[in-house]
Amino acid sequence: MPSLCRLSRFAATLLLAIAFLGSPPVAAADDEFRLVLQDHVFQPAELVVPAGRKIKLVVENRDATPEEFESHSLNREKVIAGKSTATIFVGPLKPGRYPFVGEYNEKTAKGVIVAR
Amino acid sequence: MFATAIIVFREVLEAALLVGIVAAATRGVPGRGPWLAAGIALGLAGAAAVALGTGRIAEMASGVGQELFNAAVLGIAVVMLGWHNLWMSAHGAALAADARGLGRAISDGRRECSVLLIVVGLAVLREGSETVLFLYGIAASEGGASLPMLTGGLGGIAAGVAVGWLLYAGLLRIPLRWFFTATGVLVLFLAAGMASQAARFLIQADVLPGLATPVWDTSALLPQTSVAGMLLHSLVGYDARPAGMQILFYVLVLVTIAIGMKRVGRAAGPAARSRGAS
Repeated sequence: MPSLCRLSRFAATLLLAIAFLGSPPVAAADDEFRLVLQDHVFQPAELVVPAGRKIKLVVENRDATPEEFESHSLNREKVIAGKSTATIFVGPLKPGRYPFVGEYNEKTAKGVIVAR
Repeated sequence: MFATAIIVFREVLEAALLVGIVAAATRGVPGRGPWLAAGIALGLAGAAAVALGTGRIAEMASGVGQELFNAAVLGIAVVMLGWHNLWMSAHGAALAADARGLGRAISDGRRECSVLLIVVGLAVLREGSETVLFLYGIAASEGGASLPMLTGGLGGIAAGVAVGWLLYAGLLRIPLRWFFTATGVLVLFLAAGMASQAARFLIQADVLPGLATPVWDTSALLPQTSVAGMLLHSLVGYDARPAGMQILFYVLVLVTIAIGMKRVGRAAGPAARSRGAS
């Protein structure tokens, strides 16, 4: 048993060490872009961002209901509570089109990020 | 109604598959049933609490509280699943013998059961809170819970639970000789997949660098939105566009737990055999 505990503790320490070793790259003045969600529609529906750079996406949900920002092409998902703003870091992206949706209202809440 | 069912199904599926695997993997552990039920119940309660506090969690850590929370929950689950596999490497032989009716009861099953409770509880909490938020969203926007939406939601939950149960029932059909090896491998990949997801949340929060994003793109070949992609994502952590850091986490957890299992298994092996012979 003791060797078991030691091993699991070792694994936990290892995980933590990795989390810290990858030390946060001090936010090097990221490019910030805004999306607004109102009446389950994203504004703007098409957002142009620079390719090859990390971007800070700020999504403001003006609806009273929660929404989940989801994009398989960006490999991102985040729940945004009603009447609140969320920050999502994206990229660096290769040039191209990256569609996203509000998963809870997929019919109306959709848009695309264009990296150039 | 159908759209509601599908979204709820997607959220429930991941937790249901995990519960199915963990329930099978702990077969024969004394007192497992009530612990499993308690884990699900606590997870549901936690899901409601997390759903209520979504706004507050999100605001923490300058807007990336949700990512850190998810990564922490996943990290704990990874450690617990790893612990479970090490425990099984030491006790699997005894449990298999017990199931064959050789009557060699496990005396120290309680700690394993509390691990079971935490793993199941966390999985239900994470996926459940998103389901609660989604259902609340429709209920609020349509001015009250409509019947089709309620039916859709319940249908989605039922379908998800059914898939988890099918996996459980299917696993139980594996011959005992290979049973714990099979569930051990499943849990191993489950843990590695969760580690990769945790890494993705930490990248999204800008706590970790992505290290080449994405390393590959198989979304045309096997999209994550397809049924196969979804199942593989839940079971072995398949990601159509993984970041380098995710792969690093995945491999590291996989190798660490596998080495641990081998070492514990080797240490427990001779002892278990000699006890079996006596």
